[in-house]
Amino acid sequence: MTVVTEAARQSPKRQMFDRALRHRGLLFSSSILLAIVLIAIFAPLIAPYDPYKQSLVARLKPPVWLGGSWAHPFGTDALGRDLLSRLVFGARVSLLIGVVSASVSAVIGTVLGISAGFFGGGVDRFVQYLINVRLAMPVILVALASVSLLGGSMMVVIMVLGLLLWDRFAVVLRAATMQVRSMEYIAAAEMLGARRRRIVWKDVLPNVMNHLIVILTLEMAHAIILEAALSFLGLGVQPPTPSWGLMLSEGKEMLLFDSWLIMIPGVALFVLVFAINMFGDGIRDVTAPEGRN
Amino acid sequence: MRDPVLSISDLTVDLPKGGDRPHAVERLSLEIGAGEIVCIVGESGSGKSITSFATMALLPKALKVSSGSILFEGRDILKMSEREHARLRGHRMAMIFQEPMTALNPCYTVGDQIEEVFRSHTDFPASERKTRTLALLEEVRMPDPPRIYASYPHQLSGGQRQRVVIAMALALDPPLLIADEPTTALDVTTQAQILAMFRELRQTRGAGIMLVTHDFDVVAEVADKVVVMRKGRVVEQGTAEEVLNHPQHPYTRQLIDAVPRRRGEKTERPSKRASVLSVEKLEKTYLVPTRFGRPARQVAALKPASFELRQGETLGIVGESGSGKSTLVRAMLRLIEPTGGKVVIDGRDVTQASRAELRAIRRHIQIVFQDPYGSLNPRRTIGDQLIEGPVNFGVSSAEAMRKARELVRIVRLEEDVLHRYPNQFSGGQRQRLCIARALMVEPRILVADEAVSALDVSVQKEVLKLLAEIRDRMGLSMLFITHDLRVAAEVSDHVIVMSQGEIVERGPIDRVFADPQHSYTRQLLAAMPGQGWEVPDISTLAPAAINGGTP
Repeated sequence: MTVVTEAARQSPKRQMFDRALRHRGLLFSSSILLAIVLIAIFAPLIAPYDPYKQSLVARLKPPVWLGGSWAHPFGTDALGRDLLSRLVFGARVSLLIGVVSASVSAVIGTVLGISAGFFGGGVDRFVQYLINVRLAMPVILVALASVSLLGGSMMVVIMVLGLLLWDRFAVVLRAATMQVRSMEYIAAAEMLGARRRRIVWKDVLPNVMNHLIVILTLEMAHAIILEAALSFLGLGVQPPTPSWGLMLSEGKEMLLFDSWLIMIPGVALFVLVFAINMFGDGIRDVTAPEGRN
Repeated sequence: MRDPVLSISDLTVDLPKGGDRPHAVERLSLEIGAGEIVCIVGESGSGKSITSFATMALLPKALKVSSGSILFEGRDILKMSEREHARLRGHRMAMIFQEPMTALNPCYTVGDQIEEVFRSHTDFPASERKTRTLALLEEVRMPDPPRIYASYPHQLSGGQRQRVVIAMALALDPPLLIADEPTTALDVTTQAQILAMFRELRQTRGAGIMLVTHDFDVVAEVADKVVVMRKGRVVEQGTAEEVLNHPQHPYTRQLIDAVPRRRGEKTERPSKRASVLSVEKLEKTYLVPTRFGRPARQVAALKPASFELRQGETLGIVGESGSGKSTLVRAMLRLIEPTGGKVVIDGRDVTQASRAELRAIRRHIQIVFQDPYGSLNPRRTIGDQLIEGPVNFGVSSAEAMRKARELVRIVRLEEDVLHRYPNQFSGGQRQRLCIARALMVEPRILVADEAVSALDVSVQKEVLKLLAEIRDRMGLSMLFITHDLRVAAEVSDHVIVMSQGEIVERGPIDRVFADPQHSYTRQLLAAMPGQGWEVPDISTLAPAAINGGTP
């Protein structure tokens, strides 16, 4: 039985947009994300202090809710740097790493996945071999090794993560492409003389895009966590750059006495990753129901 | 007459807000007596399945019954609790679904699943359960019941699976059987066997059977009473004889008129025209590689096949599922690589063509696929998809758009469809769009691969008519692939019958139907439903009664 609703009269894009507006999780997470992005962009305007400026007289000031003053709402760290300012600038590092390395991975994984799924045969076997090789490597160890070889810097972290996190893109897009490949509209396009590049571009890619976006969000969160882990281990972004992972690492010595030093960047990291994942889930909900109908 | 087993009166089921109509089913009343087969006929969206679901108390949550009663053995199903329903289902009433694969659990053996019915409703000991299960399998005419008992669903054919489902339904001798399109997914020979079984069961078991179907020939085959539904309302009901031979309501007449005619008189087309397509010894074998010590083997999906298609002719290719007809078409178009043979179109051999040559040849031959939902890209506008062909062959998009507008009119749709997306069209409309898309490159040959199989009969009739019209107007030659002999008979001049990857019979349509040579063709023809029914010529009937039913 088919129920033709008003929505069916509109274009798929329009319908998707309507569904997005009705999806609470998506609205909630995207407002958090938007806030974090705005904070990162306007960091110099928002941060009350220079995140690098040390002040020996203002060391380890507690945040306001633990008896501190409004001069340093989130307190200061062991070198007397304002925690709020570092947090605000740290958002830039996390977002930059998340976006750039996930995008690098997306390009690698999408090219491999779509070619494997579309061409099949030898190409598919080769790509599967690459995927297997990649899956056999423990990400954190390889990242640690390469960063220690190449020296830690934001650029190195981004590239290492970008080159490591493409596996999920490749696996999922390969499967999705194989499915789309077997649809009759692909055969119809072939019959109508479309060249393969055109088919991939106009018929395959738009129909696997929803998978691509969902994985993009997952890997973004993944990259952010990994950066924090690398920085925590001292092999990621180098001090004094205000990275959330580095802030955790610097705060761990004070864990027992001044636990806010670790709580505050920890919560920030949690909120960001949580929002990204929730956003990804929302995108999946919004794009998935539009199947064949 | 005894009390009816099931009596539905004044049943109304609401649709959620925003639907195309307020009620899925509106004021429906019907009765089913013991030993009676009542067919509910209608096209998709007529509410026939909703009626059967309501009777089983299996309505989707979004649908609510707003009035009426469903009396089963004197008790109102609508007033029962969830637990009472569960006790009733399988025990006092049983359902047979369309798709036997999904109705069975692939993880359990057939025996386990039938015994499950006894386990949940009775306290028979294990040995008793097994004997009864074997007896049931025997009753539904399974070969070698002990073997079937220990088999898993995937080891059985579609027809056998459907018999297992029927055996489960019969397990506790329910007074009411509900069958929702039980033969739609099956081949015609299997369908004939299942329908014969229903007729037999009516006598041996004395159960009332509610059979939901869209096919009037199936109705003619088994029904005692017929209920015709349209958009949730009953437009006509009566005995099979009355409804089939003296339909009163215009809608019923339209449906009966749309039933593909068997053995229409063909105007003989001159057969000595030029050949536009010639296929010589085309074959496709799949190599199953060695696995776990099992030797590699070859599977012949298509044994060497040869035929010729002449200018302006329609050649039907008929066969059941797995007969190799789709493989034939796809190998011919090189959508899959053929293993051997020659396909000559326009003097060039398709099988030897380079990629560039292939593109050029394909311009002359286009295909319309079966699945109206899978053959249009959901993310591109209709216009964008229609101009795809001409643009690939170097026509400017503006020029192609002009042509698209013209073709959209030819397939009887409005011009503004070009800006819309596929999700806004019904199956029949989509199929017409696919025809338009194929015609955009001005092919000489049109291949219709089960192009009307997924459509409702009345829509099917329209599309067939459109295809015939376009063929005559544009001088097309057509290859018409179908599993439905009635459809093949209606449109083709010549026909090829395929079985197990092989062409077993060929000839002019009238000759093949009147005097089949091969045993398989005879079997197919004998299995066609509705043979005893001389379809009434609607034009000779008295004018339709206007008073009954919908305005």
